[in-house]
Amino acid sequence: MKRNLLLPLLTTLIVASLFAFLMGGGCGGPKEKAPAAKSEIAENALKTYVAPGDYDDFYAFLSGGHNGCVYVYGVPSMRHIRTIPVFQHYAATGYGFDVATEKLMGDFRWGDVHHPAPSETNGDYDGRWLFVNDNANNRLARIDLRTFRTVEVYGPIPNLMGDHGSAYITPNTEYSLVATRFSVPIPKGTYVPLEDYPTKYKGIVAGMKIDPEDGHFSYGWEVLMPPFNYDLGDAGKGPSYGWAFWTCYNSERATGVLEVTASQREMDYIAAVNWKKAEKYIKDPSKTVMIGGVPVIDPRKAKDVVYLMPCPKSPHGVDVTPDGKYIVGNGKLSPTVTIFSFEKMLKAIENKDFEGDEDGIPVLRYDAVREAEVTVGLGPLHTQFDDKGYAYTSLFVESAIAKWSVGLNGKWELVDKIPVAYNVGHLSVAHGETMHPIGKWLISLNKLSKGTHLPVGPDLPESGQLIDISGEKMKLVYQAFPEPEPHYGVIIKADLIAPNVVELFTKEDNKDPNAIWDQNEARVVRKGNTVEVWMTMIRSTLMPTKIECMEGDNVIIHLTNIEEMRDEIHGFAICEYDINSDLFPGETKTIKFKAYKPGVWPYYCTNFCSALHQEMQGYLLVKPRGKQKPEYMPPDKIPHAIVD
Amino acid sequence: MSKNDQTENIQGSTKKKFYTDSRVYIILAIICLLLTYAFPLYRMTLKSNFYPEGLVLDIYSYKLRSGHNNTDLREINVLNHYIGMKEIKEEDFPEFTWLPIAIGAVTFIALLALLIKRLRKPLLYFDTAFLIGVGLFGFYRFYKWLYHFGHDLDPRAAIKVQGFTPPLIGFKQIANFGVYNMPQLGVYGMILATIFMIVAIYFMKKPVNTGG
Repeated sequence: MKRNLLLPLLTTLIVASLFAFLMGGGCGGPKEKAPAAKSEIAENALKTYVAPGDYDDFYAFLSGGHNGCVYVYGVPSMRHIRTIPVFQHYAATGYGFDVATEKLMGDFRWGDVHHPAPSETNGDYDGRWLFVNDNANNRLARIDLRTFRTVEVYGPIPNLMGDHGSAYITPNTEYSLVATRFSVPIPKGTYVPLEDYPTKYKGIVAGMKIDPEDGHFSYGWEVLMPPFNYDLGDAGKGPSYGWAFWTCYNSERATGVLEVTASQREMDYIAAVNWKKAEKYIKDPSKTVMIGGVPVIDPRKAKDVVYLMPCPKSPHGVDVTPDGKYIVGNGKLSPTVTIFSFEKMLKAIENKDFEGDEDGIPVLRYDAVREAEVTVGLGPLHTQFDDKGYAYTSLFVESAIAKWSVGLNGKWELVDKIPVAYNVGHLSVAHGETMHPIGKWLISLNKLSKGTHLPVGPDLPESGQLIDISGEKMKLVYQAFPEPEPHYGVIIKADLIAPNVVELFTKEDNKDPNAIWDQNEARVVRKGNTVEVWMTMIRSTLMPTKIECMEGDNVIIHLTNIEEMRDEIHGFAICEYDINSDLFPGETKTIKFKAYKPGVWPYYCTNFCSALHQEMQGYLLVKPRGKQKPEYMPPDKIPHAIVD
Repeated sequence: MSKNDQTENIQGSTKKKFYTDSRVYIILAIICLLLTYAFPLYRMTLKSNFYPEGLVLDIYSYKLRSGHNNTDLREINVLNHYIGMKEIKEEDFPEFTWLPIAIGAVTFIALLALLIKRLRKPLLYFDTAFLIGVGLFGFYRFYKWLYHFGHDLDPRAAIKVQGFTPPLIGFKQIANFGVYNMPQLGVYGMILATIFMIVAIYFMKKPVNTGG
């Protein structure tokens, strides 16, 4: 099988590069396309046109990848509305600069956001929260969809390394699924030579508990796994409720040049975890081992918690159909999607229809669990569904999206295909991962835009293409250019979120004990070496208008924006002190810093607020402790950096 | 209505129509007066292109309430401070203390007039005059306040404007704001109450007691 695949792959690559070369693709010139009929252009344009002042029908939340944030888009207009910082500094809203958001950032300057997952009730989005994972630092974060802000960051999660198969949510938001992509010796910090990888390195698949009322994370359960690379996950729903699935590659347990060493076997696996049992077993010391301070379920002791289903070949995405009956494995190195029947899986488990085991975990016989196989094209990565019985699979190598019927009238077959530009990774159908997809829009999240836009230097944006899937044939109608690097996106009906969005923080909402609401309460208080300031912000004064302190003092500033009008934002920055904040009406934030250099340093409002915005300023006066030496800076000593 | 109840209004043995009974109008007047406690007297609306829904200030006999969950008042004050207008603060208006008491007194006297037949006439005369007095004085005070806020401007204000008076009733364009000032149910209630009391007096005077 592997040989069979290599040839078409290579041919495609060669043909593709030849084609790109001939078209002058590297120069970023416009791509040759068959000219569309005028009427079709007009028709497509009208589909996405949302007049100024009108609202889109859907929100799309695109992950920011290693940019550590989430982008909010309107669909179908594909207008970028907002960026939500999660794991990275974001000066625009002062994220990561005040005490509270610094705490959210933890010990890291960035994170790698891969898979946004909205909260669910009964297998459908409920519009309360959006969860995201951090592939780099093994964290989960929760965004409140009433404020579109990151409100909680959980982790690094013990024993977990390279949390990629995440943050998939179980149908009633019981757990967020997490998984180890890069197996390591555990607990973290343990040193074991790489030669012992196959036996001493361990993978983890797990679920982190979510409080159904307030959304808070806590430790749920972890299952100890062989050192494979667990890739993507999905939660069972409907009949398969109570199970979680993850694909894996590198069942070869290889190290080194993985692109070769981990691509040797014809079959890797989909791991099926009975999380209903896992949440029971985690409390049972006879079925767990303590690793890294937490109990971890050992499948050698708990024999019915996890099973492996063989799946060709280094599968990437695993996606449960809306009715919960089938589990789709996306072949990546095989031009097929493999459909497993949940019913057959249960039967195979019951009959102990095993073809072997991996470290004590039963491997189900492939033919016993497989329902169908559909040849979709080269490099299938992810599948989503519509409400008419079709599935849509992204084809990375082929740069296309395949539409196939999910056992419709007993048929499992390819029905349509549309090219995209270029190298699609994830794709997203509105509610396409829930029990009730909306077959209207699909966004193809392409890894490469390759100059299908005005050139912007060697750094290019990604490309997000909007496809109309309401008809029989898929239709490409629009292309947007999200910033790096949208891995995945979810599309949610606006009605589920918009009515609950907070427009303004009122005094009653603000629980900060340091909030003040009147300019007369603004003050500077010195206690020992600490200077504490309570400051109000309202058009067009920062009160107090001066802060006096001594060199070396700890300065604490509690800022409150006392505006009561929506969108009346005020910023706060101190020149050359690396201080920046930004507050919404009714909000209080606290900034802490050391007044390490003497002198007079202006502070000002950074967010253009009013006709007298420029006047909104004051002075931080830092008295020198010792003898004051005015600093002389010869012109040639002014620090500067040049990169040539 | 039984005959015994209406000796005063009986003309011979003919039954009197209920709408000629002054008590009906006193009751209506009392109901109208009570409206001032439930509904605002006045509503001031400021509109401009970036406040498409308008900033709304409702003036009750005893309090101020503004739009958008009572946050519009701060916005109005923020805008006003640029031209040096004084801050509009509920506690600065003595009206919010005496007006509800005065209206309460009018209502109470109307109630007495309803219950005490012997004193009905003099009480009604007095009460009507009292209500008209309260209404006219209230309007006069309202106008004074509008004038005061529009004219007593801080000379050090960032933006200097000519003194102005917002409209007592109707619309006026002030800089980039369209200002609407319209009476609400509370004021209409007071006016209706006055009318009902006059009607009540009218029906008290008209019937000639022939029966004794």
